[in-house]
Amino acid sequence: MSTTTPSRDVAAPERPARRAATPTDRRSPGRRRSLLPYLLLAPAVVLELAIHVVPMLVGAWMSLRELTQFHIRDWSTAPFVGWENYRVVLDVDSAVGAELLHSFGVTVGYTVASVGLSWVLGATAAVLLQRPFRGRGVLRALFLTPYALPVYTAVITWSFLFQRDTGLVNHVLVDQLHLLDDRPFWLIGENSFVALLTVSVWRSWPFAFLCLMAGLQNIPGELYEAAAMDGAGFWRRLRSVTLPMLRPVNLVLVLVLFLWTFNDFNTPYVLFGGSAPEQANLISLHIYRSSFKTWDFGAGSAMSVALLLFLLLVTAGYLLVTNRRRNDA
Amino acid sequence: MSRRHLAILTAAVLAATTLTACGDSGGSSGAAGKTLTYWASNQGASLEADKQTLQPELDKFEQQTGIKVNVEVVPWSDLLNRLLTAATSGQGPDVVNIGNTWSASLQATGALVEFDDATLAKVGGKDRFVPAALAAAGAPGKPPAAVPLYSLAYALYYNKKAFADAGVTSPPTTWEQVAEVGRKLTGGGRWGLAVEGANPSENAHHAFTFSQQYGGEWFDSAGKPTFDTPQNVAAVKRYVDLMAVDKIVNPSNAEYAQNQSVSDFANGKAAMLLWQAAGSNLKSQNMAPDAYGIAPVPFPATPPAGGRKVNSMVAGINLAVFKHTKNTDAALEFVKFMTSDAEQVALNRTYGSLPAVSTVANDPAFAAPEQKVLQQTLATTAAPLPQVPDESTFETLVGTAIKELFAEAAGGKPITEESVRQKLTRAQQQMR
Repeated sequence: MSTTTPSRDVAAPERPARRAATPTDRRSPGRRRSLLPYLLLAPAVVLELAIHVVPMLVGAWMSLRELTQFHIRDWSTAPFVGWENYRVVLDVDSAVGAELLHSFGVTVGYTVASVGLSWVLGATAAVLLQRPFRGRGVLRALFLTPYALPVYTAVITWSFLFQRDTGLVNHVLVDQLHLLDDRPFWLIGENSFVALLTVSVWRSWPFAFLCLMAGLQNIPGELYEAAAMDGAGFWRRLRSVTLPMLRPVNLVLVLVLFLWTFNDFNTPYVLFGGSAPEQANLISLHIYRSSFKTWDFGAGSAMSVALLLFLLLVTAGYLLVTNRRRNDA
Repeated sequence: MSRRHLAILTAAVLAATTLTACGDSGGSSGAAGKTLTYWASNQGASLEADKQTLQPELDKFEQQTGIKVNVEVVPWSDLLNRLLTAATSGQGPDVVNIGNTWSASLQATGALVEFDDATLAKVGGKDRFVPAALAAAGAPGKPPAAVPLYSLAYALYYNKKAFADAGVTSPPTTWEQVAEVGRKLTGGGRWGLAVEGANPSENAHHAFTFSQQYGGEWFDSAGKPTFDTPQNVAAVKRYVDLMAVDKIVNPSNAEYAQNQSVSDFANGKAAMLLWQAAGSNLKSQNMAPDAYGIAPVPFPATPPAGGRKVNSMVAGINLAVFKHTKNTDAALEFVKFMTSDAEQVALNRTYGSLPAVSTVANDPAFAAPEQKVLQQTLATTAAPLPQVPDESTFETLVGTAIKELFAEAAGGKPITEESVRQKLTRAQQQMR
């Protein structure tokens, strides 16, 4: 999605002047050489078409059709309804639109909280593990465990932990620490959002940790030495050296985490099953239910296309703003 | 390589992808040596146990006819989606099990072979089948889209010892008695009744039965949803009130979706359970058959005007054939085999369900108290769920609304007629 900027441009503090392409460069000895790049690209293009572009176009086409159980078998002949599906799913006064808006709101809150917490945790751990000490390697490996576990296994285990009567979470909170008198529910009702967020942060902070640790190791020690000579304390060094040097890593990290979290389907699906509590009904799960459980694939596709457009807009805006800042700097 | 070569290469890659997608089904013509694919629903304790139950029967079928059957046991949570995918793509198995409540929904896709009189004749004739079970195999006025295979009904399971200890001599026959008995049995880590509060299908089944008893319907004669009628509001409230008002259901049941209520009953944590053919499941959890009693599902003490004497859905599993099969005759041969007297006795005995054909109803295999109650219920007081194309959507939406109501009740929120109506109205508005 964000292949417009080659990575070496991102890493370099200043954009190198683009080398003027001379005619002699381009002219190759024969046709063979000029075809080679296309040939090498061909498999990628074919796969990209088959995996992304064609399904996306089919999805957009479906969103303009009345695709219910009556037409699912011969889905190519489903009646054309124009923008009707979009009108229904985006009309916030209708029950369908109101539900979509609600799950959109839940998803925005979930994404902001999850990405924010994952970043803070990942950054803290990365900074703390910068200096060598005994057991650092073990800790690093340990921190990466959630990232390495298969999603299904990890999340189903969390769903056991969160059971009200038999779960470990309540056992610790209520029986051992006596923090609460009453056993709260985690998988239904208000707390389900907290449970979902906990699992999400647990799953994604190791990725932030990994990226930021790699980024930190690339900062030359001399910069800190120079800053120390100038009398900069810990916070000043963090603000003036660490964060600016981490900017390229952070740009990619935050964008990737945002997209992953916003589209997260596995976590809520495994944690709650097909029907999530309304307080934790993420948009991807909501679209799944609208399409596959109530058999209205037209409306489901319209929701997906609207979501895709929203994510494209956010991504484009994000890249635009962050690029401008970098150019200004 | 020229541009043309490149184009050919691209086309070849694309063609290869398409071909792999269209592969298998492998239908050859000719009598013997054919192979069928069969998706069986999960009936027993596990997928593996089902395979072990079915395989000897399939081998017998191959010996008799020369037709080989490859079976895959599909868990319930995946089955509807997999069937839908098969219907959409025209790829997939030849013969499938479907939950009988989905019959009309799946019939609407037009992907299933319809069992008109001529087709039914090939599998033994219409008169073999239990009429109520056959009625739950397709939309009214149309030929069935499947034939019944296993029949089930809901019953009230109660713990005999718990009842005796509390001085209760007979099982409750009204909801008022359920509440009263339940209160006596609740306490000391045990609850009166266990429900599967977070399971939309289970909730929808009870919503149907209670609604019938309160004189309600979920769809009108034109197939349009009528979710939020006063009768349905009263019916759903009555069900949720078992937890919210009567307090005979453990609030934890609000997060049960994986048959934990059966486990609670088997382990003595609950004294009563509403379930369909729980026997084999209870046995696998070490509850002896003489430890529990079986009674029909209760009714309201004074039924409201229009209330019907219905205390179970006609539950069951059907056998359907996909139109895309290349071996229709072999598939029908297999349907005939599975619904034959011998197989009906063998399979239903293992699963604790009832035969779907009337010819073996009196077989000693179905003479246990549990089967007697289920048989009696099916014959006299069970009704099929509305056989409309939107049935599966009804299960999802109303079942989820009740799940949310249970969650609110468990969290201590009062359940009022107004809050029930709001949930049902919202569910109805999502049907379009």
